[in-house]
Amino acid sequence: MLNKTGIPTTEDLKTVTPSQERLKKGPVAIIECFQKIPCNPCTEACKQGAILPMQDINDLPKMDFDKCNGCGVCLSRCPGLAIFVVDGSYSAEEAMVRIPYEYLPVPQVEEEVVGVDRAGKELGTFKVKRIQSGGPKNKTYTVWLAVPQELAMEVRSIRLGGVRHAG
Amino acid sequence: MPALKEIEVLIIGGGPAGLCAAAAAADLGAGVLIIERDDKLGGQLVKQTHKFFGSRKQYAGERGYQIGNLLIEQCSTKAKVEVWSGTTALGIYEDGVVTAEKNGQHLKIKPQKIIIATGASEKMITFPNNDMPGIYGAGAVQTLMNVHGIVPGQRVLMIGAGNIGLIVSYQLLQAGVDVAAIIEAAPTIGGYLVHASKIRRAGVPILTSHTIKEAYGGESVEGAIICQLDENWQPIPGSEEDLKVDVICLAVGLSPLTELCFQADCQMNYIPELSGHVPLRNDYLETTRPGLYVAGDVSGVEEASSAMVEGRLAGISAAYSLAYGKDVAPKLQAEALAELSELRAGPAGQKTMQGLKKLMEKGGAGC
Amino acid sequence: MRINEHPILDFQRGEEITFFFDGQEIKGYAGETIAAALHAAGVRVLGHSPEKHRPRGLFCAIGNCSSCLMIVDGEPNVRICVEKVKQGMQVETQQGKGCLR
Repeated sequence: MLNKTGIPTTEDLKTVTPSQERLKKGPVAIIECFQKIPCNPCTEACKQGAILPMQDINDLPKMDFDKCNGCGVCLSRCPGLAIFVVDGSYSAEEAMVRIPYEYLPVPQVEEEVVGVDRAGKELGTFKVKRIQSGGPKNKTYTVWLAVPQELAMEVRSIRLGGVRHAG
Repeated sequence: MPALKEIEVLIIGGGPAGLCAAAAAADLGAGVLIIERDDKLGGQLVKQTHKFFGSRKQYAGERGYQIGNLLIEQCSTKAKVEVWSGTTALGIYEDGVVTAEKNGQHLKIKPQKIIIATGASEKMITFPNNDMPGIYGAGAVQTLMNVHGIVPGQRVLMIGAGNIGLIVSYQLLQAGVDVAAIIEAAPTIGGYLVHASKIRRAGVPILTSHTIKEAYGGESVEGAIICQLDENWQPIPGSEEDLKVDVICLAVGLSPLTELCFQADCQMNYIPELSGHVPLRNDYLETTRPGLYVAGDVSGVEEASSAMVEGRLAGISAAYSLAYGKDVAPKLQAEALAELSELRAGPAGQKTMQGLKKLMEKGGAGC
Repeated sequence: MRINEHPILDFQRGEEITFFFDGQEIKGYAGETIAAALHAAGVRVLGHSPEKHRPRGLFCAIGNCSSCLMIVDGEPNVRICVEKVKQGMQVETQQGKGCLR
């Protein structure tokens, strides 16, 4: 169905989701890449050896969740903006979700934003905890969002600021 | 300017393939002239704001316009590369003379080798009112937005969910323009699914098995009627939907810009998998007209990463045929060929592989 | 409708200039095409087709399709998507196939 709608299915997601135990342990990268395309920057970005080298550049990325420390370098390098970092150890009630972001306006720290799922459906209002610029060359921002634990694997973007060209 | 400009390698087109061809040929010692119709080099690369796929060898992770700037910079620092921008190739003659136009002047060039890297042009589809102002090719929207910083309108219907349709939709969102929907006649999304997911989570519906029935408006587009298609690609009655949009963007594919190849009498074959008529050529991209090479979309529509490698391969091969780089050229050719097969090895490259196979099989058959 | 801020790109615009579209004064920037400047000013109808008089707009924006032919400083059939705008330039809607003077 992903290839009809652009929305990964529950079955797709199962293949890239770490165990609950691992999620609770601390930040970990979730690579939502389900199609074999010629692309390998994530394997070169990972300095922890968590994203395994590819035999063929068309291979799907393979993750060793135990080696991943959630540093997020892969998140800012992935050309497909398909990598997220989820930290289930943030607090008892909340998880921290890091998402790549390339729209304007860039939200501010402590700002309340509307979180959306993989279909763009609104899931609630959540607080931005941190923002990191990708720098003048990379330009992809990383947004840290505190969300309820049960939405950690659901929230994947924030609602866009709307049209800015009225008239 | 001399009446007849003599040069070792003439490259027609200064996009990703042409620039890589120029750098490769010059690095081996050949004298190169690039002629480019636009007043700036870089082709469509300079309009691409997304990070490229591929591997480090094809600058993966860098944004298209950054790669464009890098390739332009690379060529501008090479003494062996001369660039004539604002120059349109007009014809390739039997005696090997290439004519061109610049500022209303008729120019003649006598190259020893020619590399055609003219790229591709956008395809069109038929529907009532498809000629109305407000209907653009996806490339036009990119040019307006990413070169001139001007939005095409307020709300867009994107037709085509291949990589270009997906990427331009994303670029529209980044420029603050609303995208009402992406429709795709095929039952599945043709472009990379990571691009699709990116747009989908921004709330833009991607409607596969959908097509446009008609556009409507007065002097320019005010809306579009779309409808669903059944498994035989026939419209399903009653499935019509009216979308109020002021822009309809067509991203329905590209066809190779092969006029010069036809005119130079290269043997041409129609290969749907390569998006149209393409010249027959050998592994090193030399066509049936000796000394004339092709690289990039003109040889079959693909991703820019492959165009860059093809450009490099054609550049090396042209220089090598002029006896440059005797020690290194075969090794460099082998490297480029290996990169190409790597890029085309996966499911995403299947169509190209089938097309190339068909083209080689057709061999002497002609068109 | 110009983009003032963009998450990825910076737009370097040239000097502001004025030109004329069917006699009406329009602002543009040096270095951009006539088509871009007209578009930014909200002009989408660039002419009408010779036979059926259907409105014509920008389609390819890179000089391939001939949908945007206009009269520029008296010269007909100019592809305004690749012609740069100049101070004081007279751009006119073209009726029919254009007449070489």
